[in-house]
Amino acid sequence: MDKVIKKKRKAFVDQRHCVACGCCMKVCPMSAIRIVSGIMAEVDRDKCVGCGKCAEECPAAVITVQGGL
Amino acid sequence: MKKHWYDYLWVVSLTYLILGLFNIIFAWLGLLCFFIPLMIAVAKGNKAYCNRYCGRGQLFGMLGGGLGLSRKKDIPRWMKSRGFRYGFLIFFLVMFFQMLWNTYLVFAGVRDLQQAVTLLWTFKLPWRWAYHGMASASWTAQFAFGFYSVMLTSTILGFITMILFKPRSWCVYCPMGTMTQLICKSRKHFSGCQCRDADGGSCRGKAEI
Repeated sequence: MDKVIKKKRKAFVDQRHCVACGCCMKVCPMSAIRIVSGIMAEVDRDKCVGCGKCAEECPAAVITVQGGL
Repeated sequence: MKKHWYDYLWVVSLTYLILGLFNIIFAWLGLLCFFIPLMIAVAKGNKAYCNRYCGRGQLFGMLGGGLGLSRKKDIPRWMKSRGFRYGFLIFFLVMFFQMLWNTYLVFAGVRDLQQAVTLLWTFKLPWRWAYHGMASASWTAQFAFGFYSVMLTSTILGFITMILFKPRSWCVYCPMGTMTQLICKSRKHFSGCQCRDADGGSCRGKAEI
């Protein structure tokens, strides 16, 4: 039987255009996002559950949720 | 999620705007919104002010998110481009220095005090009722009128983009946010990875400048 490989949904930040406002960090229910050195957001992929709240909130629209079937 | 004391700083921002309607001298308090983020960025190398303490951002978040005044659409690509953000910062600084120059002219006695608030750098609104005083020098009042104009103008711009796009769209092109991010970038560039994030965690050296 073929194995179905499920790719987990994770948030990705386009760090070149991130304004480091921290809106994503505030809404993340898993505390999986931090603002690195006041420059950009970074997602802890181990903690991220791909709920998409950060992408919904991001005023610069630089977060996308990728993965899943 | 657990609320912290700083989650209520929107009350301070709202109070500030209301106080300016009654006594313009309170506008001086707005300097805190200029110096605190700059000091944090210079001393700590992070944007903790934007990330946690910005009452204006919280206000837009509440009005646009909680009260549903925002369309919650993505901001146009050009508005989040570096060209626009840096351009707006330069424009904002030029206007700020022009306001300081006007204050100097009143200080030097070259010009009379103008009891008006200028919206969007263009429209002069009479604001006489908010100036009561002989207690302070007229240049202090001129600065207060000018500074309140800056604060009210940025609030209006933030409010418009809050309605059109996402609640905190102002954060994308906020001159203070752009400036503090630039400070953090330069700090990192010149001092390596000694900086800390808003939670006090050390930088992992992954940041791209």
